[in-house]
Amino acid sequence: MNHKDRKYVSVENVGMSFATKQGKFIALRDINLTIGQGEFVSLIGHSGCGKSTLLNLIAGLTLPTSGVLICAGREIPGPGPERAVVFQNHSLLPWLTCFENIYLAVERVFARTELKVELKARTERALELVGLTHAMHKYPGEVSGGMKQRVGIARALAMEPKVLLMDEPFGALDALTRARLQDELMAICAATQATVVMVTHDVDEAVLLSDRIVMLTNGPQATIGEVLRVDLPRPRERLHLAHDAGYMEYRSQVIEFLYAKQQHPLAA
Amino acid sequence: MTAITIDELAPTKRSSELDAAPQAKQFVASSVPSVPIAAAAPNSATESAATLRAFFAAVLPPLFGLMLLIGAWHLATRGGGAIPSPAKTWDAATILFADPFYRNGPNDQGIGWNILASLQRVGIGFGFAALVGIPAGFLLGRFALLARIVNPLISLLRPVSPLAWLPIGLLVFKRADPAATWTIFICSIWPMIMNTAQGVQRVPQDYLNVARVLDLSEWKVITRILFPSVLPYMLTGIRLSIGTAWLVIVAAEMLTGGVGIGFWVWDEWNNLKVEHIIIAIFVIGIVGLLLEQLLLLLAKRLHTEV
Repeated sequence: MNHKDRKYVSVENVGMSFATKQGKFIALRDINLTIGQGEFVSLIGHSGCGKSTLLNLIAGLTLPTSGVLICAGREIPGPGPERAVVFQNHSLLPWLTCFENIYLAVERVFARTELKVELKARTERALELVGLTHAMHKYPGEVSGGMKQRVGIARALAMEPKVLLMDEPFGALDALTRARLQDELMAICAATQATVVMVTHDVDEAVLLSDRIVMLTNGPQATIGEVLRVDLPRPRERLHLAHDAGYMEYRSQVIEFLYAKQQHPLAA
Repeated sequence: MTAITIDELAPTKRSSELDAAPQAKQFVASSVPSVPIAAAAPNSATESAATLRAFFAAVLPPLFGLMLLIGAWHLATRGGGAIPSPAKTWDAATILFADPFYRNGPNDQGIGWNILASLQRVGIGFGFAALVGIPAGFLLGRFALLARIVNPLISLLRPVSPLAWLPIGLLVFKRADPAATWTIFICSIWPMIMNTAQGVQRVPQDYLNVARVLDLSEWKVITRILFPSVLPYMLTGIRLSIGTAWLVIVAAEMLTGGVGIGFWVWDEWNNLKVEHIIIAIFVIGIVGLLLEQLLLLLAKRLHTEV
């Protein structure tokens, strides 16, 4: 897929520091990264390495202290619906039903150009995509954790964002639910050709889903240590890959980086 | 009798369906356990047994408490004395409530009018307090600098007894009635300001991030995120305010006179009708309880599970 080589998001010499009581805390430095259209990129590293900070910078939720971030040829001025975020803890509004949560996003993006019926149809399609048509009129408090996370993903997808940003989207789920949602996500990405940046600390998840894995060094002053290109053919099947030599090799490279080159800060 | 029948018919299966209760009551009421009915109805009888048990469990203990109070009261006043006995008070109450809405001039009106007059004052004073206090709470919650300016003033003024505000009201409004309303206003505004402000400060950052990513309009942020998120805190503030307002009205009316339950208590004291004072205490308590329950019900209706 040659369009994956086309530069779409680029992070240029980005540094991020916070003012603390002990003085300036440098979280990230010298981050340079380009992401192609339709590419699936994972950010992996130990906790505290600033991978969520980098995702928030691309989302525009925080602005960098140095360097620039560019999306589709324009500097990122702040958060916006063209860079949808799937939050770690789903962040659904508990007083709105699953349908209404998604509708709020759909309305924001398409209300100017489409009729109410079309907005409703979009919302229903998004729910159908994640297999939640039956639960659309339930409140988030009435559905399981996995279903909530699927609504969060549906909300982000329904906005038809240029970039889908996911902050440990499956972190809080049990292993079986996580596996099913990973498979669903791969199918959705294949269908929509979405550009995705995902923060994870799960090596298998990173190898299974990604075109490239960006590995961050330990903080403070974290930066990109290595970038691993995952050339496994798609569609990928977890059962098949479990015994695949290539998969094992990629996996061990990531583990090598995380546990040999970048020991956990507490162990070091 | 009925209890035995129910126990005999109550097998192991328990259901919480309350819908079957009317049928079940009919069955119990018929109380002639002819064979076909008993065979057809064990299911509804089980449900009725569970329903009745839950009903008694909810009603009996409070009823017992009330009876304990009346019993102690009866024993204490058995030998006579200044405090009238429950029976005497009951007799006075039946006369009083036989005609609650009479008017014999401005200072002699039925108890119904007095209660309504007090409720009206509370309503107006509380209404203004809500109109000012809730938006003020939103502002204090949103703007930290404003909160730092205003919070010391609130801390200073909040503990002041309501009655200390009454002379100021009389001075400014020159009349008793608005002065009482003013007292209600000033006393019931603090819980609403403080609870609303706290609610605004506690809007989870996640929800605000959603608003930022979606780039929602200020109106949508207020109606879809801030307001629903603050609502439970606001309702707690409103409930505390109503409670305070109802406490304060009696004292305020004792001092300002006119029509109202507080004034009525004072008037009956001057007439030495002690049983009427006791009735007034019950009435004030019951009205306060109803106001509280009404707001709890409202809060429950508006509450969505998080």
